Amino acid sequence: MEPRAVTAPSPAALWRPRWRYEPAHLALYAALLVVVGVLVVLPIASVLRGALVDSGGFTLAHVARFFYTPLYLESLRNSLYAGLGATLLASLLALPAAFLLGRYQFRGQAVLVTWLTVPLVIPPFVGAIGLNQALGRAGALTLFLEDRLGVQFVAAEGLRGVILAHALHYFPFILLTVTNALANVDPSLEEAAKVAGARGVRLLWRVTLPLVAPAYAAGAILVFVRSTDDLGTPLILNVKNMLGPQAYFRITTIAREDPDGYAISIVMLALALVAVLLATRLGQRREVATLQTGSRAAGRPLRGWGPRLLLAFSVLVGFLGLLPHLGVVLMSVSRVWSLTYLPTGYTLDHYAEILFRAPQFVLNTLLYSATAAVVAVAVAVGVAYLQHRGRVPAPGLLDFAATAPIAVPGVVLGIGFLRVFDRWTVPWLGVPLTALWLIFPMLYVARRLPYAVRATSAAMAQVHPTLEEAAAVCGARRWRTFRRVVLPLVLGGAVAAGVLVFVTAAVEFSATVLLISRVEQSPLSYGIYLYAQSPRGRGAAAALGTVAVVLVAVGTYLANRIGGRRPALTW
Amino acid sequence: MKVRGTVLLLLAVALSLPAGALAQANQVVVLTSFPRELFEAYKVAFERANPGWSLVVVSKPTTAGITQIRERAGRPDVDVFWASAVDAFVYLKQNNLLERYTPPAEVRRGIPDRVAGFPINDPDGYFVGFAVSGYGIMWNTVYMERRRLPEPKEWEDLLQPVYFGHIIMSTPARSGTTHLTVETILQGYGWDRGWPLLVQMAGNMGALTERSFGVPEAVIAGQYGIGIVIDFFGLSAIASGQPVRFTYPKVTSLVPANVGIVRGAPNPEGARRFVNFLLSDDGQKLLFRPEIGRLPVRASLYAQAPKGFPNPFRMSAGVQFDANLSAARYQLVTRMFDQVITFRHAELRRAWEAIYAAERAVEEARRQGRDVAQAERLLRQAKASARLVPVSEATAMEIAQQVDRDPTYRAAKEREWEALAREAYGRALQLAGQAAQAARGR
Repeated sequence: MEPRAVTAPSPAALWRPRWRYEPAHLALYAALLVVVGVLVVLPIASVLRGALVDSGGFTLAHVARFFYTPLYLESLRNSLYAGLGATLLASLLALPAAFLLGRYQFRGQAVLVTWLTVPLVIPPFVGAIGLNQALGRAGALTLFLEDRLGVQFVAAEGLRGVILAHALHYFPFILLTVTNALANVDPSLEEAAKVAGARGVRLLWRVTLPLVAPAYAAGAILVFVRSTDDLGTPLILNVKNMLGPQAYFRITTIAREDPDGYAISIVMLALALVAVLLATRLGQRREVATLQTGSRAAGRPLRGWGPRLLLAFSVLVGFLGLLPHLGVVLMSVSRVWSLTYLPTGYTLDHYAEILFRAPQFVLNTLLYSATAAVVAVAVAVGVAYLQHRGRVPAPGLLDFAATAPIAVPGVVLGIGFLRVFDRWTVPWLGVPLTALWLIFPMLYVARRLPYAVRATSAAMAQVHPTLEEAAAVCGARRWRTFRRVVLPLVLGGAVAAGVLVFVTAAVEFSATVLLISRVEQSPLSYGIYLYAQSPRGRGAAAALGTVAVVLVAVGTYLANRIGGRRPALTW
Repeated sequence: MKVRGTVLLLLAVALSLPAGALAQANQVVVLTSFPRELFEAYKVAFERANPGWSLVVVSKPTTAGITQIRERAGRPDVDVFWASAVDAFVYLKQNNLLERYTPPAEVRRGIPDRVAGFPINDPDGYFVGFAVSGYGIMWNTVYMERRRLPEPKEWEDLLQPVYFGHIIMSTPARSGTTHLTVETILQGYGWDRGWPLLVQMAGNMGALTERSFGVPEAVIAGQYGIGIVIDFFGLSAIASGQPVRFTYPKVTSLVPANVGIVRGAPNPEGARRFVNFLLSDDGQKLLFRPEIGRLPVRASLYAQAPKGFPNPFRMSAGVQFDANLSAARYQLVTRMFDQVITFRHAELRRAWEAIYAAERAVEEARRQGRDVAQAERLLRQAKASARLVPVSEATAMEIAQQVDRDPTYRAAKEREWEALAREAYGRALQLAGQAAQAARGR
């Protein structure tokens, strides 16, 4: 855990304003409010309007219909079941390893940490394709079980498959938070407990666990939110009775104005909101729970059966986490793979297809994600600056609006975008804004802005105002001070955030699929979906998936290098 | 410096990339449900044959395509609708969403009026057929060997207990070709025999996929053994070396896949060029490609077909497909199928599983010489309950129009059908359990 950033004291007396508000700041404030308003507030408001307002004014009829339509209730139940199941399974996978990594010191520890975070680099719906090849109905391990042991058990199918795919992808969230918390538990607390006679299980139960619990809860809720947000995995695994798929079907096949689609969206929104609020409250408690004294417990060496068992289990988890990757990579070079452990024919043709014959998926993704990253970082730097230095009314308002999308599921944001921007006709082109490729960078900015704002705001908070005062003393004007002092100090964090925006935008699916119309404009994530439905099999989809994995891996590495800290938790 | 360099590089990459295919004068926008292999081949060939023109593809399931055209009536953003499902075209035509266009005579030469009794082109000239499709059953030979399953020939074969959990199909609400298959069965067997057949067959299914492409995908990978598909999925998979086979059951229909110009199309000239290209010799011969595997409408071309390629002009269809009937009850059939089959698939499957278990118990009891009259009676009731006909044909035709037009009415009906299905399958499960107990002499 980083020590808490010191909140900067109010700006120096040197810059005491002539007016209460600074005009330049006000202009920036207004511009950013417009940007955030259009990208974030309008779409969300539009979804709320679709669900709560009809020709007769305000109504709760549509939302009420949700609760007496058995299909939607079943979908809600399934979504909750899958979300909680994924959280539980992810906890089971992550906690033993977290305990091992947080409490013990051994050779190869760094390797194990890296290995166990590898699952994060595969987008879950790509992982689902790979998992299918390993544990699906015709998966290698499923066949092996049947042939050797006579057991017919399909692990990756239906809701169970969704749970498995999510747990295997998201368990590092829990692993990282809990490992950090364990390593940071003040040893004096445990020593005090030992002096008072607590040992073993009692010590763990009464002292250590309560100290780690808030960190665990934060990680677990993140897994839950991510899991219920994901539309791609259910679609790939052919699970229809969940909230995301139902909303998507209503809006795309029945009618764009179908009120049921909006009612489902509201329920999804409420679910995510509750979870995020819970996480925020628990996060605040965590700060209290881990008052830093600066001393860290030295890791114990690996001795005895217990820790060795933990190590064996962690390695097993590591292998499980690699199954989706293996499945995808093998699939991407297979020509025929039908009911055999390994492909029976190999080819590089799928790569030729996606790199030379249809390179637009990769190129579009680079274009959209890069644009989104640049815009998101620019907006985020503005928001962060105003929040920490701005002399404007209610600087928190902007920050709040910019971080709101964190509690908005992708499907919901996508529906909101569709509803709002389909009515905006681009002046001299005469087509709706949704027909332009610009809609995708806009969408990704809106969706990933919270992370960019958080990261740059944290970086901004670490710039002490005395540096700017010093610059002012040396005669620099405000813009020059910003450019030469503040910006260079914040840029590292901002660029790291930008790379992460780039990476997460590159694999965004839930909202993209709602806005896609022209194949020529589609990014990689939709390309994977498109290829996954080709009658000749999923080879090309897997090849695109492999490209996505490489993009995310390289991006994460770069962000780590530039940012200097582990930003893995930002998606 | 390094950091600034990174930013500049990202910017440079962003600016140097092509900014989409918009704002081009000579383009034609095609909305299609066809797989990538097909539309990509036509895009390349069309642009080569029409220098200066570019083809933009919008890929959607047929049903989502209809929704898009309907919602943008008056200011369409696509020029051409290009899909398999003929009743989708009838629906669009009836709702005044298509432009009339008859290709020039030299383009139409050599294309017969009918295939297996079905008109290839719309008699009123709102859309034209460019390829012929039949519907049938494909299976994975490796899978069938592994599970020791016999090869199916007819739709009724799929009702056998041995196939329980091994079959897969798509849903008519999401896939136009699946809807044609469902209508073919409903028309071929009649409503009163067709629905029980569909419901029982669905009880045997392992899964219902969201898009029709999911079916060949799952059969090729060996996740399921048998798929209900449009012929070209089978033919193209066989051609690309996958271990699968395909057959047309007797009750099949041969129906043209079509193309039509959207009313008020922004690029009418491009749209006409595209239609003409589809019917040209070059356009027709593309269909023979192994990865496409479709049947051209120009009868004379079959002399040049690859070996083993079916010729629809020599086949007789068991069903005279009535596209008007199908279009009139399109919403009704798709919504009803979703409520009583797609979304209730788990219950339906459980019911049939219990019925098969009870059947085995009855067999066993009969072998042991016990009295099975009571058990058989319960079993018959269970089967009847698990072969639901949600509404009679007469009622269906009566309410079809209101279901299509009135969303509130539709939603109410949907809930009604759902309750009906839950009740029927629940009862079937219960009756089957009682039958098994009765057979075991409790």
